[in-house]
Amino acid sequence: MATKSALGGAVRRREDPALIRGVGSYVDDITPHGTAYVAFVRSPYAHAKVKSIDTSAAESAKGVFAIYTHDDVAHLGDLIAQVVVVKGRPLLAGEEVNHAGEAVAMVVAETTYEARDAADLIDVDYEPLKPVIDLKEAAADTTLVHEELETNVVVTWEAGPFGDEEGIAKTKQTIADAKERDDTVTVSIEAINQRLIPVPIEPRSVVAEWNEGYQRFRVHSSSQVAHALMGAIKTTFGLDANQVHVTAPEVGGGFGVKLNIYNDEILVCFAAQKLGRPVKWTETRREAPSSSIQGRGWVATATVTGTKDGEILGYELDALADMGAYEQNFTAAIPFLGLFVGSGQYKFPTHWKATCVFTNTMTTDAYRGAGRPEAAYYLERVIDAYAREIGVDPVEVRLKNFIEKFDDAVTSPIGFAIDTGDYATNLDKLVEVADYEALKAERDKAREEGRYLGVGVSSYCEVCGFAPTALSELGFSWSTYGLPAGFYGTGLVRVNPDASVTVITGTGPSGQGHETTWAQIVSDRLGIPIEKIRVIHGDTEESPMGIGTFGSRSLAVDGAASYDAAEKVAQKAKNIAAHLLEASADDIELDEDGGHVTGSPDSNASWDDIAAAAYLPHRLGESEIEGGLESHVIFDPPNATWPFGAHLAMVEVDIDTGDVKILKYITVDDCGNIINPMIVAGQLHGGVVQGIGQAMFEDAIYDADGNMLTGSLLDYPIPTASDVPMFDLNKTVTPSTCNSLGAKGIGEAGTIGSAQTIVNAVVDALSPLGVKHIDMPLRPKRVWAAIQEARG
Amino acid sequence: MEVSMTVNGREVSADVEPRTLLVHFIREDLRLTGTHVGCETGYCGACTVHLDGKAVKSCTMFAVQAQGAVIRTIEGMASNGELHPVQEGFWERHGLQCGFCTPGMIMSASALLDENDNPTESEIRHGIEGNLCRCTGYHNIVRAVEYAGAKMRGEEPPPPDWEEEQ
Repeated sequence: MATKSALGGAVRRREDPALIRGVGSYVDDITPHGTAYVAFVRSPYAHAKVKSIDTSAAESAKGVFAIYTHDDVAHLGDLIAQVVVVKGRPLLAGEEVNHAGEAVAMVVAETTYEARDAADLIDVDYEPLKPVIDLKEAAADTTLVHEELETNVVVTWEAGPFGDEEGIAKTKQTIADAKERDDTVTVSIEAINQRLIPVPIEPRSVVAEWNEGYQRFRVHSSSQVAHALMGAIKTTFGLDANQVHVTAPEVGGGFGVKLNIYNDEILVCFAAQKLGRPVKWTETRREAPSSSIQGRGWVATATVTGTKDGEILGYELDALADMGAYEQNFTAAIPFLGLFVGSGQYKFPTHWKATCVFTNTMTTDAYRGAGRPEAAYYLERVIDAYAREIGVDPVEVRLKNFIEKFDDAVTSPIGFAIDTGDYATNLDKLVEVADYEALKAERDKAREEGRYLGVGVSSYCEVCGFAPTALSELGFSWSTYGLPAGFYGTGLVRVNPDASVTVITGTGPSGQGHETTWAQIVSDRLGIPIEKIRVIHGDTEESPMGIGTFGSRSLAVDGAASYDAAEKVAQKAKNIAAHLLEASADDIELDEDGGHVTGSPDSNASWDDIAAAAYLPHRLGESEIEGGLESHVIFDPPNATWPFGAHLAMVEVDIDTGDVKILKYITVDDCGNIINPMIVAGQLHGGVVQGIGQAMFEDAIYDADGNMLTGSLLDYPIPTASDVPMFDLNKTVTPSTCNSLGAKGIGEAGTIGSAQTIVNAVVDALSPLGVKHIDMPLRPKRVWAAIQEARG
Repeated sequence: MEVSMTVNGREVSADVEPRTLLVHFIREDLRLTGTHVGCETGYCGACTVHLDGKAVKSCTMFAVQAQGAVIRTIEGMASNGELHPVQEGFWERHGLQCGFCTPGMIMSASALLDENDNPTESEIRHGIEGNLCRCTGYHNIVRAVEYAGAKMRGEEPPPPDWEEEQ
């Protein structure tokens, strides 16, 4: 079959045949001959002095090759991180441990079982210190995580607009004035946006080899950012970029967890170099909450001041954000990503502040949405609370306060330029496809029958595909990894001598279907069927410097680079065909069969002819066309892209048990032009369910001593098939002006739009009982307690 | 300890530590790496295989407990190059993204359809709730199983949710 389709076609995925047969290769499936295995000894305390480590019994245990502690690796320095680094993570804890599960010692043995046995024999003597776990307590600095810093506060992000102190003062005054008016109301909620454990189903895994002769590392890691990892390794070990070859093969889900550089990745390289043999570590699910970053972890007060008929005159957010004990890749930058969308899709004055605070817990960093779900949650929850207070429909309040449709960038009240938007049309469509009025009538009728149905709506505007590379001035680049490269896109398109096509992209999928989408993009430009196009990703030796997959950036940035590269290859192929056909390049059209003169399909140079001429350049004669048929494009977009949408949930709450059932979930999302609607639907389904997971089930809980109480999937329930409904997805299409595809990202939109939709629906269901707010997750016990409290 | 069993139609035997989990025996001794380890505690289902025709989680039993059993793994689902209808359903209905849970999900779904080839949506969801997926939100997995059920009954599968290409 020759699939010519291209943009907009629901092309079945090219990556699936291997994955459904079980022959795809994930990192833990890669075991070079002679591989040794790693287990870590982890601290049982959240905060303690490490007095001594006795490894003697473990050293003589069966199969043990080596045991390493802090002193063995101290010369390598801390784990390298990006953006506002106040305190980085030591590779192995030194004199102090700062969160439960922090790695203290590393065992390398012949088998995993033997490594774990030996780890159990290591005796660490700790002197416990007082930990600080609670965010407000940490912000008060009564107990310090890092004594020498004299504060737990890492940084405070403030905007209204960002970077304009005078503007902020003015905004604060404007809002204060509005509060003084007789015709306004002010509504506040204090809400927790709880910590989450990301739980990709594939645990992280890394295997490294060092070749002493070639002086090269060969590393496979389940990473979203192969090049950044290469940079971290080369910088840590004092090597050049071309001495480290990192591959991210099949990656079994990322969601931000694998957008990080980890101490285990560096330590496995260290051991491989020391021992002269391949070394592998694969995370266990039990240790994942301490070995991989967590997400969210905010507590904030959100306040809206507006007129009694729904005109909002000011929005304020005052947030504390939990950084955990050490900063890693983007830790303190995550709340800043929330700041980007602090005023959302609205036009009202906004004063937005997030204070980033250390606690004695695992590091937080990017988890699907990364700052933007938190920002959207508070904004959309308090708008609902305000609407309820003034008795105006929450849809009407939103419509009244949206920024009007725009095709040319506008600057939001928070101070960032948004590419394109049409929020009212989008929400109007949701009202129409969901038949909002009918749902409300159904809800009201049910209430009369003593059933508690709720309809929740929210809308969102998010930002993704962060660009341009000038953002590196704010720290967004891989510079600290020794690779001064900003967040551009890279795409290399090559027609091979046999007229097959190889595409190399600078990002690497963890389920998003790049191999299919990129083949469609290139097929669209060249006319060559997608079956002839192979897409390579996540390989630092094959690929020119790439940035990686995160922040819903791949398609809009690297996909657009590949599209532009394909266009250049197409132009050259036309020149070659024109030369072979003795015609003008302007008259050549490309399709599956090659290049032909417009209107004369018989006058054709096949792809085989074109490719052969490119690689047998004497056939190009006097044409001045250079040999080869490839193009590499670095694309630096003028701006990020700003997708948006509106979601609706209808729920039923059993007030006797507190059980919440989702009856309907309907979305209208706008991610600009769509390349593959099947893949976009999949991204939305998964994204929405992760938001539902936060709204209803998931909660990473530390007790007051800093013990992780939810370290297993029994204690940390992610949604199962029985917990969620089928989804009704709809769209509006507002193309981005920032790339040639007109595409915006869709990887995180579902998550950014969903948690508050569910909570708004549940609060709506229980509002007749007087419930105004319930914190996530809405497990039955908590919902039931809120009902009891409201009823007195 | 010596252990022997039939895996994907082939007799295999090996000398293993008694504590060797069945999933590690399959992955490391037999090098059949399509069966995945997601949690080692029986919650996620990525390690699901068929043991004497029933779906089991191979991380919660020892290899020696499978002595003499007939095991089928994901690698044994296609026959003569033809995909099993459940594999085909997952491909046709976008029932997978990262693919890590997929082998276990396919083994559970096929065991479900072996017992009931015309399950309701609710029966499908219940049948696979022991297998966790973090990518798909399950919507398209349900559609994939519906597709496979129709195929196994010799019927035309229902159309996909998205518009087919022109």
